[in-house]
Amino acid sequence: MTSRKRNPMADAVSHSTSDGVRAKAYASWRLQQKLAPYFFITPFLILFLLFGIYPIIKSLYLAFHSTNGPRSVVFTGLDNFRFLLNDPDFATALFNTSAFAFFSVFLQLPLALALALLLNSTWLKGRTVFRFIFFAPNLVGQVFAGFLGIVIFTPLYGLFPKFLNMAFGVDPSIKWLGDANFVMPTLVLISLWMYVGYNSIYFLAALQSVDKELHEAAAVDGASGWHQFWHVTVPAIKPVVLIVVIMSTIGSFQLFELPFTLLNGSSGPNKSGLTLVLYLYQSGFETGNLGYASTVGWTLALILMAVSLVQRKLSTSVRGHD
Amino acid sequence: MTDQQTHVSMRIAGAHVGSRQRDLTPGRLLLYMALITLSFFMLAPLFWMVFAAFKTEKDMFAYTFMPYGDARLTAQNFRDLFENFHFGRSLLNSFFLTCTATTVSLLLASLGGFALAKYEFKGKQPLMAVMLATMMIPSSVLLAPSYELLVHLGLMNSYWGILLPGAVGAFGMMLFRQAILSVPDDLIEAARLDGCSEFGIYWNIIMPVVRPMSGAFCLMAFMANWNNFLMPMIVLQSEALFTVPIALSQTIGLVGDNQYGLLMAGTLLGVLPPSILFFILQKEFIAGLTSGAVKG
Repeated sequence: MTSRKRNPMADAVSHSTSDGVRAKAYASWRLQQKLAPYFFITPFLILFLLFGIYPIIKSLYLAFHSTNGPRSVVFTGLDNFRFLLNDPDFATALFNTSAFAFFSVFLQLPLALALALLLNSTWLKGRTVFRFIFFAPNLVGQVFAGFLGIVIFTPLYGLFPKFLNMAFGVDPSIKWLGDANFVMPTLVLISLWMYVGYNSIYFLAALQSVDKELHEAAAVDGASGWHQFWHVTVPAIKPVVLIVVIMSTIGSFQLFELPFTLLNGSSGPNKSGLTLVLYLYQSGFETGNLGYASTVGWTLALILMAVSLVQRKLSTSVRGHD
Repeated sequence: MTDQQTHVSMRIAGAHVGSRQRDLTPGRLLLYMALITLSFFMLAPLFWMVFAAFKTEKDMFAYTFMPYGDARLTAQNFRDLFENFHFGRSLLNSFFLTCTATTVSLLLASLGGFALAKYEFKGKQPLMAVMLATMMIPSSVLLAPSYELLVHLGLMNSYWGILLPGAVGAFGMMLFRQAILSVPDDLIEAARLDGCSEFGIYWNIIMPVVRPMSGAFCLMAFMANWNNFLMPMIVLQSEALFTVPIALSQTIGLVGDNQYGLLMAGTLLGVLPPSILFFILQKEFIAGLTSGAVKG
C-alpha cells in the first residue's frame, strides 16, 4: 500500500537520471524495500515455529500418549484424560488453584480498586509516594517472595506470627507452612501483599482517564457520590476492570513459583499447596510422564479459555446498556 | 496521563469547589491513617529482609528489626555467600542471561512489530491470527514438549535452552506493532525519498520514536527474565550455570533451617537489581504497564 503511493515520484527520479549504474542501484534499493518485511519477521518466525507452534502441536500429540522420559512414547488414546478425571491429586490441585483464583479476584481486586479510589482522591497529598510504596512488594518476584515467606512465617519467631500475637493475641505457634489449614491463607496473604498495589495501578490509571467534566456535570445535576461512582466511574473503568480480572484469573491459575519456593518444592502438608502447574511439573519432571503433563496442561488451557469467556459474557450482560 | 496533567486538573478541580477541597476533615484523617498503616504492612517485610540479611543466626529472631546492645549488624552472610556458595558467579550468570534475553526479545519484537505495522506481506494476516491464538495458551502447556525438543536438539544444560524458547513471546511484538502503528506514514515516506534503507528507517526513525515504549518493554522483560524460574530449573543442571533464583532454591535454600541469614542475604541481592532499575525508570514502567490496558 505504502509502496504504491510512493511509486510515481520515485519513478520520476529514476527517469531523470538515465545513468545505468544509478538505475541498477535503484532496482536493488526497490528490492530491499520489497524484501524488508520478510527479513524483519524471519528471525522471529523461525523461533516461533520451532519453540512456539511446534511445542503446542506436540503437546496435543503428547496429551494422547503415555511417556516415560523424553524418548519412550506409547499411544494411549483418551486414557490420560480418563485418568485425570478420576485422579484425586488433580482434583486437589484444581481445588487449590481455583480457591486461590477466587480469592485473587473477589478479595484482592476489590481491595485494589478501593485503594485506587482512595489514591485518586483530589485532596490526597503524596499520591506518588503511596503508589510507590504499594507497588514496592511487586519488585520482589514470586520466587524471592517465597524465600522471604519461609522466614517471615516461621512459627513463634517469624515477623508475622509475632505481629499477630502482639496485636491480636493469636497463638504464635501456628505452623503457617506446616499445617494443611493454613497453607492456602498464607499463599493468599503473600499474593495480596505482592499484587494489591500492582493491580491498583491499573485501576488508578483507568480512574485518572475518566473525564473530569462528566463528574462535574453529574455533580451539577445533583448526583450523590455513590450515584456518580455507579453511573460515571463504573462504566468508564469497566473495560480496564475486565482486563485486570481476566489477567488476574489467568495469572492465579498458573500459580507455581510462590508455593514452590515457599514449600521447598513440595506440595505442602496434605498437598494443601499443590497447584495445577506444580502438579504438571511433578507429573512431567519428577514422575517423567510428559504425556500426562501435557494432558494437565491442556486441561488448564481449556479451563482458562472457558473462564475468560464466561467473564467476558458476564461483563457484557452486567450493565450492558452503556 | 502525566503527573503534570494530573496536577493541573487537580488544581482546576480545586479552584471550582474552593479551598474546602483541601481541608483535612476527620474522615480524611482516618483515611490517611489507613493508608499509612497499610504502607507499614507493605514495607515491614522488606525492611525486615534487609535487616535479616545483616544479622547473625543467633540474632535473626532475637531482635525484630535492628539489633541493639551487644549484638550488631554483620556482613558475614554475604561473605559466606560469595566464598562458599559462588554467589558472585550466580549473579553474573543472571546478569548475562537477563541482559542477553532482554536484548534479543527487544530486537525480535521491535523488528517484527515494525513489519506487522507498516508493511503488507504474504501471510501477514494468518500469522497475526496464529500469534494472537497462541497468546491464549498458558506457557505451561509448552513445558513438556519444549523439554523434549531441547533434549533432542542437545540444548539441555546450556543457556541456549533458555534463550531460544524465551524469545518467542507474541505479546511483546503486538505491543510494538501497536506503538509503531501510530508512527506517521509520511515520516517513513520522507525517509524513503531521501534514500534511506528499510533497516535505516527502523533504526533511525522507528526506534527513536517508540523509545518510551522500548524502555517500558525492556524493564518488564528484564524483570521477567531475572525472575525466570521454571525453565531454568528444568534446563540447567550444573551449578556453574545456575542463576540467582535457581542457586537459592537448589543449593542455598537446602542448607538447613538455621541458615536463614544466608537465604535472606541471597534474596536481598536477588531483589536488588530489578528494584534499582525500577527506581530509575519508574515513570516509564508504570506508563508501559498501563498503556495497553487503558487504551484497549
